[in-house]
Order: sequence, then structure tokens, then C-alpha cells
Amino acid sequence: MGDSSHSRPRVGLLVTCLVDAMRPTVGFAAVDLIEKAGCEVDVPAQTCCGQPAYNSGDRDGARLLAEAVIAAFEPYDYVVAPSGSCAAMMKQHYPGLFADDPHWHARAERFSAKVFELVSFLVDVRGMTGVEASYSGKVTYHDSCSGLRELGVREQPRKLLGSVAGLEITEMKDADVCCGFGGAFCVKYPDISNAIVGKKADNIIASGAQTVLAGDLGCLMNMAGKLARDGSKVKARHVAEVLAGMTDRPAIGESE
Amino acid sequence: MDITSPSFKENATRAIGDKSLQKALGNVERGFIYKRAKAVAAVPAFETLRDAARDIKNHTLAHLDLYLEAYADKVAATGGHVHFAETAADARDIVLDICRRVEAKTVTKGKSMITEEIALNDHLEKNGITTVETDLGEYIIQLRGEHPSHIIAPAVHLNKEQIEADFRRVHDKLPPERNLDEPVALLGEARAVLRERFLAADVGITGANFLVAETGTSIIVTNEGNGDLTQILPRVHIVVASIEKVVPTLEDASAILRVLARSATGQEMSVYTTLSTGAKRSGDPDGPDEYHVVLLDNGRSAMLGTPFEDMLRCIRCGACMNHCPVYQVVGGHAYGWVYPGPMGSVLTPTLIGVDKAGHLPNASTFCGRCESVCPMRIPLPKMMRHWRENAFARHLTPPSERSGLGVWKFLARRPALYALATGIAVRAMALLKPKGGRFRTLPFASGWTRHRDLPAPEGRTFQAMWKDRKAGK
Ligand code: SF4
Repeated sequence: MGDSSHSRPRVGLLVTCLVDAMRPTVGFAAVDLIEKAGCEVDVPAQTCCGQPAYNSGDRDGARLLAEAVIAAFEPYDYVVAPSGSCAAMMKQHYPGLFADDPHWHARAERFSAKVFELVSFLVDVRGMTGVEASYSGKVTYHDSCSGLRELGVREQPRKLLGSVAGLEITEMKDADVCCGFGGAFCVKYPDISNAIVGKKADNIIASGAQTVLAGDLGCLMNMAGKLARDGSKVKARHVAEVLAGMTDRPAIGESE
Repeated sequence: MDITSPSFKENATRAIGDKSLQKALGNVERGFIYKRAKAVAAVPAFETLRDAARDIKNHTLAHLDLYLEAYADKVAATGGHVHFAETAADARDIVLDICRRVEAKTVTKGKSMITEEIALNDHLEKNGITTVETDLGEYIIQLRGEHPSHIIAPAVHLNKEQIEADFRRVHDKLPPERNLDEPVALLGEARAVLRERFLAADVGITGANFLVAETGTSIIVTNEGNGDLTQILPRVHIVVASIEKVVPTLEDASAILRVLARSATGQEMSVYTTLSTGAKRSGDPDGPDEYHVVLLDNGRSAMLGTPFEDMLRCIRCGACMNHCPVYQVVGGHAYGWVYPGPMGSVLTPTLIGVDKAGHLPNASTFCGRCESVCPMRIPLPKMMRHWRENAFARHLTPPSERSGLGVWKFLARRPALYALATGIAVRAMALLKPKGGRFRTLPFASGWTRHRDLPAPEGRTFQAMWKDRKAGK
């Protein structure tokens, strides 16, 4: 590594467990976008941000995982995740896990200040105003809950999507309403989750879009799975894939 | 009322399959969400008003003992009577005693969730006293032998046609040829019947939206004016209210009123805001001879100083349930007790126990929309998480979930092992090569595949591919 690369901010990518296991393409799209934003990307050994434990009421378990994440990502200037939900966990909830431990609490605060959701990082931190990519057809964007309400991600993805050649955004009704995924919720309360994602699928189809985009793979797998079960041809992709121009792979839940 | 919260899951499934309920629930969106959004958008300083409302309640809760004492003193000074009730049973007995002493046969009631909480109607009826709900929605569900499914719109689970059928069944003076197609005709019909009941009532019972320490005043807000007739016409007016309804001054009450109706129904103000202070004084044209306030604790003071204290700011506007994706598909009865929706998911476990109400704080996606609209800025998801923590610490979490979490946690703390395990799992799933790139059924994921296809993984983990890329492979 030459000296010049060190003058660029160093970003640690928290790829998220879902992207790691289910859709590595999103991880590579994130790497590509962060590099295009003038940063150097590294992927330290990692597992999970701890949210499943946190939301199951296992605070101590969540704290152990948070300690590991903080230790692994402390060396970087920024920590970026292609997920509003994991980013919100690290940015908004980590410090509270250490409320009774001044040393760790201070560490967590410093860490959290460096955490960003991918698209918000590109636009809000790196000042990106557009991308060189093309995607043909009408897309509709689903605002995933944590990104929207805990991190204020709303205009940023729409702004960058607006610069994608050939792409037309058509807003669905209730884009800001939950898709019913909710992590373990969707398997613990399958009938309720299904009723919620059923409405979401109807709204996506009614928008006339050929593709639904979002910033969280969990929501996307939920929506894609429901659309497919309903026999819809609407495709689902992570917003990073479109922004990075990596759409040659099959869409979520499709085969080559 | 019977508690069915332990079977929340089954209740929900039944509700989702109930076509007439699903149709009625559409009214929540049409009737509340858009109106609230419009009303809020019309007030540029709405966010500041929310802060002010929150601060007033926080201040009051920090000095609750002082304000309750001041309030009780004022009520006494204006000729009213305050009764402190520690439990629901205490409150029921106090009300029954008053009714018996004045030989009441009929009691009219304004809409009140607190009397639902203490199951007052049942108690009075068992003791030979007729109770008449006078709020239209409450009146309808009383006819049907039901309980409210929403804290401000008790009959929101019903369609117009069902209500018409109930009126035709019960109102014997209603001519069969009278047209009741329009909601306003239904209202007129209910009013005509209720008018006689108002005049016959010996005692009127209302709740309170606010108790004002400065003046000893109780305040109710209604849209039908039934509350006024309930508290003015009978000889005795009993207010039943929980202790956290107190605010220091009239100014404070009006500050909170600015966010209440906007958040609830999207009105600037409710049609009636009624202030009652004491009994009828000499020279007053009307009013009750006796004015009583039953101040109910029922576990609330025990919430002070705990992670659930914020919940005591709740002004029962209903915005959280209107905007809740879960409430919108299951309706209020599925929650299985008095308080539905997000506020109920926090409050119900404190009132009936988390062992019975454990599903409620779990049945949330944590989408955060409730908190984003709550006028009192109550962090509802955070408190639902507190309940999950509480259940986890007491080993109430289902064993399957607990052991699954245990395995996952073990792996998640060992990155190398985790990489190995996910690598194997992902490759195994990919080897199954599902048709079309997704699974229609998968034995260990039936919760998912019952209703949705499961997109198949791409085939390798990102971290494994990244390693190859770094190694220049
Ligand atoms: S919790 Fe908030 S939104 Fe829900 S009823 Fe209470 S005040 Fe209204």
C-alpha cells in the first residue's frame, strides 16, 4: 500500500450477516461505491452486529457481540453497513448497552459516531451527488424502518437513483410503512407478517414498477419472497446493486 | 373481562381471516392516518408542541405526590370528594358504595378506558345497577356484549351494516321501514334512545383526560356531547381517573390539548372540552349535587423510577395503534385485554403480568412508527424491548428460541468458526439448487415458507470471496 492511499479515509465494511450469507453481490457493490466515493475499504473478520440478541431481550449477549464489533472496527475512520437496521443498531443502540461501564461507554460513543448506513455515507458524508450507472425501467423504493426513522435515510437513495441512466422512480403508496419482516418477528408471527407484507406487495404491484429497491436485505427477501409467491414478476434488488451498476446477477430469488 | 392475551397468536390468525373485520379496519387508515397527517402539517411548530407536552408530563411525574396532594386539596375546597383507590377492586367498591348510598338504579357513563380497566360495568350490573354507555361507539359494543377494540374508537372493528342490524334487533320502537343507511341516521336513532336514559340516570360516571391541580378541575374531551349530559343531569357525578392524569395548571392542560386531538382524530380541538369543578353551587342553573373523584393507582406508582415511567405520559390519543402495522391487520380484540396496540403492548404486561401478556411486546417489528407519531414522545419500542429483556432474564423466553440464540451467540463470538459454519450452510443450501432461485418449502424455515418463497443464497459467503479477492485469486 502506497502512502497516497493512506490519505484517503479508511472504511471498515460491516457486510452484515445476511449479505455475507445470502447475497455477496451487495457487499461487492458496497465496496465499489465506497471506493468510488474516494475511500479505501477493508473487511475485518466479523460475524454479526448483535441485533438478534438485542431484540430477543438478551442484552448481555448483545453487549458481548458489540464489544467484538467495536474492537474489530475501531482502527477505521468510518464503519459502513449496507443496511439501515444494522447501522442503526451500531449507531443508536450500542452506547446504551454500556450505560453502566464508563470505559466501554466512551469507546462505544466514539465508535458509534463513525457508523453510517451505506447510502447516507455516500451522500451525507462523502457528498456524492450522482453515480455512473444505468438501469432500465421503472423502480419503486421501499423505505426500511430503521434506516428511515432511526437514521433519517429517505432522500439520499432517491437522489442517487435519480442519476441512474434509464431509471424512472415511481413512488408506491405507503413506501414508509413496514414490510412486516422485523427479523425474528417474521417467523415467530408468520401470519401477521404475511398480512403486512401482503399489503406491501399489493402497493408495489400497484405502483407499476418492474423493480422494487430497498437498503436492507431482510426486507428485500421478505418482499421478494411474497411477490414471487403471489406470482408477481416484479424484481427485488438492493439499492447498492443498482447504484454500482452490478445488476448482471439474477435479482433476489431469481435464478440465472 | 376475560384475558385472552396468552392466545394472542391464535387471536391474530382468526382476526386476519375475518373478512368483515378486515373491511372495518380499513377505516383506521381512512379515518385517522390522513387526517392526523393533515392536522399536524397545518401546525408548523408541532414538533415544539410535542416537546412542551412531554416536558409538562415529565415535570409532573417527577413531583407526582405534590401535585396529587394539591389536586385533592383543591377538590375538597370546591366541595368535591376524593377517594384514593390502590387497586381495581378498591375503585369498584368505592363506586358501588356511592351508588348504593344514593340508591342508584341507573348509571350513565361517558366513554372511559379506566372503567374498562377496572371492569366497572360488570361489577355494577352484578349488584343490580343498570349501566348505560352513552358514547355512540361504547353504546354499540355494549349492545353487542363486546369490549372496545380501540381506545378512542371503541367500535372501529364494526361495519355500518352490523350496527344497523344491532339497532333493529334491540330498539323495539324502531319502525322497520325507517332508513338507516347513513351513519348520521344511526346516530340520530341512538340519540333518541339515549335521551330517555340520560333523564332516568341517578349517577353519571366519566373518566378524565386531565385533572388540574391548580383548580381541582377534571377535564374531558368528547365529540358527541354525551359526556356533558352524563355529568350534568344525574344527582351524582363520579369521575374515575388514574393518578397520572394530573397536570399542574390549566395552562398545562391546554398545552397538551393542542397535541391531543390533532394526534387522535386530526381535529384541531375535539368538539367538546368540558371542565368540571366541584358540585352544583347555589345559583348554578344545573350540575350534580355530589361530585366524587376516584383516583386509581393500580400499579402506576410502581412504574415511577423504572424504565416504564415514560409510559405514564400517555394521553390515550390512539395514534400509536392507528399507525401500527400489526394493529392494522389484527385489530384491537386480538391483544386480549383492555389496551391494544403499541401502548397496550407496553402497559398490559405491567397491569396483568408479563407471563400472561408476554406475546404483546414480542409481536412488534420495531418499525418505530408508533414512536414517530406519539405526541408525548414515548419510546414505545424501547419499552417493548425492556419487556423482552425482562422475560429473557426470567427465562420466560420459549426454550427453542433460547437455545437457537445460544448456538448462534456461541458462533457469532468466534469469527473463524462462524465463517466455517455459514460457509457450509450456504453451500448446502445452494447445492439444493431450488428451481427458479428460491425455495417454496424448506423444513427448518417453515415459518418463512408457509407464506413466502425463500430466496436462495448466491452460493458462497462474501467473506470467503473477499479473502480470495485479496489473495488475488
Ligand atoms: S402511547 Fe402515545 S400515541 Fe399511543 S395513545 Fe399514548 S400518547 Fe397516544
